[in-house]
Amino acid sequence: MVNRPPSKAMAVKVSEMVEAVLAPVDRVRETDEPHSEVVRFGSDKPLRLDAGVDLSPFQIAYQTYGTLNAARTNAVLICHALTGDQHVANVHPVTGKGGWWDTMVGPGRPIDTERYFVICPNVIGACMGSSGPASTNPATGQPWGLDFPVITIRDMVRAQAMLLDHLGIESVFSVAGGSMGGMQVLQWTASYPERVFSALPIAAATRHSAQNIAFHEVGRQAIMADPEWCKGRYFAERKDPRKGLAVARMGAHITYLSDAALHRKFGRRFQDRDNPTFSFDADFQVESYLRHQGISFVERFDANSYLYLTRAMDYFDLAADYEGVLANAWKGSSTRFCVISFTSDWLFPTAESRAIVHALNAGGARVSFAEIVTDKGHDAFLLDEPELLAIVRGFLEGAAKARGLPAVQRR
Amino acid sequence: MMLSRLKRDLTMAEAARMPGGSRVDLLVVADMVARGAKVLDIGCGDGELLRLLAEIREVDGRGIELSREGVNEGVAKGLAVIQGDADTDLSDYPNDAFDYVILSQTLQATRQPRVVLEHMLRIGRHAIVSFPNFGHWRIRLQILFRGQMPRTDNLPYAWWDSPNIHFCTIKDFRDLCMVAGAKMEQSVALNAWGSPIRLKVPWWFWNLFGEQAVFLLSRKNSEQTGK
Repeated sequence: MVNRPPSKAMAVKVSEMVEAVLAPVDRVRETDEPHSEVVRFGSDKPLRLDAGVDLSPFQIAYQTYGTLNAARTNAVLICHALTGDQHVANVHPVTGKGGWWDTMVGPGRPIDTERYFVICPNVIGACMGSSGPASTNPATGQPWGLDFPVITIRDMVRAQAMLLDHLGIESVFSVAGGSMGGMQVLQWTASYPERVFSALPIAAATRHSAQNIAFHEVGRQAIMADPEWCKGRYFAERKDPRKGLAVARMGAHITYLSDAALHRKFGRRFQDRDNPTFSFDADFQVESYLRHQGISFVERFDANSYLYLTRAMDYFDLAADYEGVLANAWKGSSTRFCVISFTSDWLFPTAESRAIVHALNAGGARVSFAEIVTDKGHDAFLLDEPELLAIVRGFLEGAAKARGLPAVQRR
Repeated sequence: MMLSRLKRDLTMAEAARMPGGSRVDLLVVADMVARGAKVLDIGCGDGELLRLLAEIREVDGRGIELSREGVNEGVAKGLAVIQGDADTDLSDYPNDAFDYVILSQTLQATRQPRVVLEHMLRIGRHAIVSFPNFGHWRIRLQILFRGQMPRTDNLPYAWWDSPNIHFCTIKDFRDLCMVAGAKMEQSVALNAWGSPIRLKVPWWFWNLFGEQAVFLLSRKNSEQTGK
């Protein structure tokens, strides 16, 4: 028996309930008026979308860290993954947790904010301040919902290029990102090779595989099967498809891990009990963990955004834009590449990275490629993996030397 | 003549900058590479040669390495190294992609030395190959008197765990150059103390006293490639 005054336990419970109610409110507020810098592009600067329509007006929310040098040569663009956002190295305004890439970005970190000027924009279609389906449609004054045009990885990158134009940054020292972020990195190097000095696509691929599209479809169907989704009009109907989105997240989360990691973390252990309850409670620790992942995710993410961003990843096929020949995407590229994959990543397996490397070699590009041994699966790129950190640090230091960026004087 | 060039090019100041000093065979290889060239080092290990070449020859260097540890160490040093296998991955490289393709102490570990050499001559305008000479007198004596596979400081492995599966002598390598269509532009043998054999000596002498050999090669008939 735990001997704790009941009043305190009660207070904790109440505050948890209040937080759960308030979190969606915070989230909705972030979509139009985020806790970030925002650039608003008026009707004179529309975003030309692959879908064949213009998005205008639209806005991009972004975070910056460090200082842009006088020559404007030390900018590092960080592209976030499907469920990430621009809060790469600061406390998150909705969840109150640390940045999603705290291990990689910060003072003295491999992407050193004392040396580089780091920019991380929220992607178009997301829900943390850049225009997306949860944003207010200026034509109606209501949330866009499914009236928001379908966007692609190339659209995200095009919008980011407009952001860099706005910031007066001709070319970036590096573009880095994992997973969907890695897709954006690859698109950057193909669309704007002259604007990218070095590139770090991590745990990425040049196209989404059939298996990955299949997983995404399951997630989308889970959302759309939730009666509170209301064909995407849940804001107007004052509903919230939390259950569907949570299930989508639970399914996806499994694909970010590995069998070995799940076994190591949870095995077949029971959650707060010694025997099975012969019910459908979360008897197993792994069930409880997944439910927690699902519940905490819906506090900070918009269900329609999840549909749009998974769609953008599904549509990504870089070679298709170059007559099916991937090498043509990087013909004559002088960008320095560092491609990184993880042994236990079955979502973006090493073979995908190897295909990138082969195509880059065929085009004579300067490429490094490392595969890191880990059992942590696709999510390894977000974690404190010493080898990953050492490789990124070394690669960037070599590139900084070539770019003439001075080293940081440390006391 | 070789040594005087070495002395001229690798000044003490340059050598002092190399941490821990460099192996002589690597300096001999570096001496064959033109300044600012584009270089591919096959089996680059932890990138020691690439670093030397970048330092004293200002090359645009790339490396392929089989071992994951070697690759990750090289990349962390800021070198352009990829994980790959000389026996399978060279066919992905286009013709004339590099000025020099280097195979340093790796030829004997490849499954198909002839195929590897032919690819090197196709990918690069020059190929540089260094290898341990199995015809060295000490190796010959070990087989003659001990009747066992030889082990030396350069070749420390037992036969059953050795990565070296295709040993050859300097004479054998000359034969391979003939069949693979390679022209020998320059050759250096290093004696047991790691210094170049300077005398103008016949091949049999090299084959007996050279512990290691370094060859600079080019295609015999460059019009043949691409057909």
